[in-house]
Amino acid sequence: MTEQSVFELLSLGDRGWGDELLAGAWLTIQLALCALAVGLVGGLLLAGAKLSHIRALRWFADTYNVIIRGTPEFLILLMVYFGLEQAVRSIIAVFGYDASGFEVPKFLAAVLGLSVIFISYASEVFRGAYLAVPPGQMEAARACGMSTAQAFLRIRLPQMWRFAIPGLGNLWMVLLKDTSLAAVIALDDLLRQAKVASETTREPLVFYCAAGLIYLIMTGLSDVMRHRLERSAQRGMGRQS
Amino acid sequence: MFTAYRDAKIWLSDNACAGLAPITPELFGASCTRFIDGIFVTIELVSLASVIGFALAIAVVLARVSGNWALSIPAYIYCYVFRGTPLLVQLWILYFGIGALGADGLGPLWPFFRDAWWVGLLALILNTTAYVAEILRGGIENLPKGQIEAAEAYGLSWTTRMRRIVFPQALQIAWPAYGNEVILLLKASALVSTITVLDLMGQIRTVFSRSYSLEIFLYGAIMYLMLTGLLTLLLRAIEARLSNRRGGAKAQSSPTQS
Repeated sequence: MTEQSVFELLSLGDRGWGDELLAGAWLTIQLALCALAVGLVGGLLLAGAKLSHIRALRWFADTYNVIIRGTPEFLILLMVYFGLEQAVRSIIAVFGYDASGFEVPKFLAAVLGLSVIFISYASEVFRGAYLAVPPGQMEAARACGMSTAQAFLRIRLPQMWRFAIPGLGNLWMVLLKDTSLAAVIALDDLLRQAKVASETTREPLVFYCAAGLIYLIMTGLSDVMRHRLERSAQRGMGRQS
Repeated sequence: MFTAYRDAKIWLSDNACAGLAPITPELFGASCTRFIDGIFVTIELVSLASVIGFALAIAVVLARVSGNWALSIPAYIYCYVFRGTPLLVQLWILYFGIGALGADGLGPLWPFFRDAWWVGLLALILNTTAYVAEILRGGIENLPKGQIEAAEAYGLSWTTRMRRIVFPQALQIAWPAYGNEVILLLKASALVSTITVLDLMGQIRTVFSRSYSLEIFLYGAIMYLMLTGLLTLLLRAIEARLSNRRGGAKAQSSPTQS
């Protein structure tokens, strides 16, 4: 093996692995954004279930949260990945086709697995934000002649945002770090690219540290953006700590 | 002492499985002893990491609030780096990265880095220390300023102030968040299975790779749920004791106030 310097190893182009790592980082960001989108919608729905008057829905939401919060993220991801595959296979088999070769796209499985976790924590954040909006505001909106849906969309939802931002910011950071689990199901994210590179070049320390540095940059930038969002969400609210 | 503990473990895994055999599914029974062994490894890792991590976190947070740049900046960087990167990356850097330096590169440290269990423990300790330090710092910063000013006015030294005024109260404020972190640590400990440690998750994955039956994951989830449930009860009991002591102190001081 020819000795390569760290800069050569991490350079872009054919000889270095820099471009592969960056491609992996891009996939990591896509993964996190997709899981965020699914997770936000699901989290709102689950918060709705938690706050609903129907006992079965509340029971479902509480059970969901207990199970997801008590199980390691890693196990949930594996369950979703292998479970989805077997479920789809057995559904195809019901229609009489041979499904043994079917594979669920890894990206889809990873997004689903990460969203399942995100939904549980986000539902709690949304529930808190919902309850933090003073009930008098909704009464006032109704008194002004808004329908329930209008009052929710124009009065409650915009204000929930302000209360939810700090909690959601934290969840985003957790999500970003949890995407690294996707490397274990062989999705070519940042960590997996670092693994491939280190196995090929036999320089694991260089590549895992490089991957760690890229994660650090991503979480650092997210932190800056979170502060900005929090500030803009507090706009016009005076100095509340 | 160590052998007695090991014997107790073996006795328990044999007898618990024999006792459970009539009521558990066949597939579970076939790997029951493996699961019990895994549970022990998980409990050992998590309890050691949380206790050692807590002690180290106190040192880190003291460095951060010391007001001395030479101490607070390294402590800040440490927390920032370990909270900003995934635990999985930290594990792989320590085990595959540093481990790859081999016997020549590591010298006397080689036996340590060769053993996945020790590396897993080290990674969990380093990771949880950073998070707990941040939690404790939150507790300290939320203390009313007057408390520290009063302590200063009484002429208490920095050490006495920390020991008598700041830490006891910060701990009470921070305890619920700390309990949360221990539960997160229990769940995060499943990641040590990726560096070949046979903790509960490692055993689950081994059994799964042989049978390829999804049932195994279900049993795994149930076992982890039981562990997190028990841990929650334990943490709640400790919290009740902490606030009891606080309530007791209040009750004692109220007659003098009136």
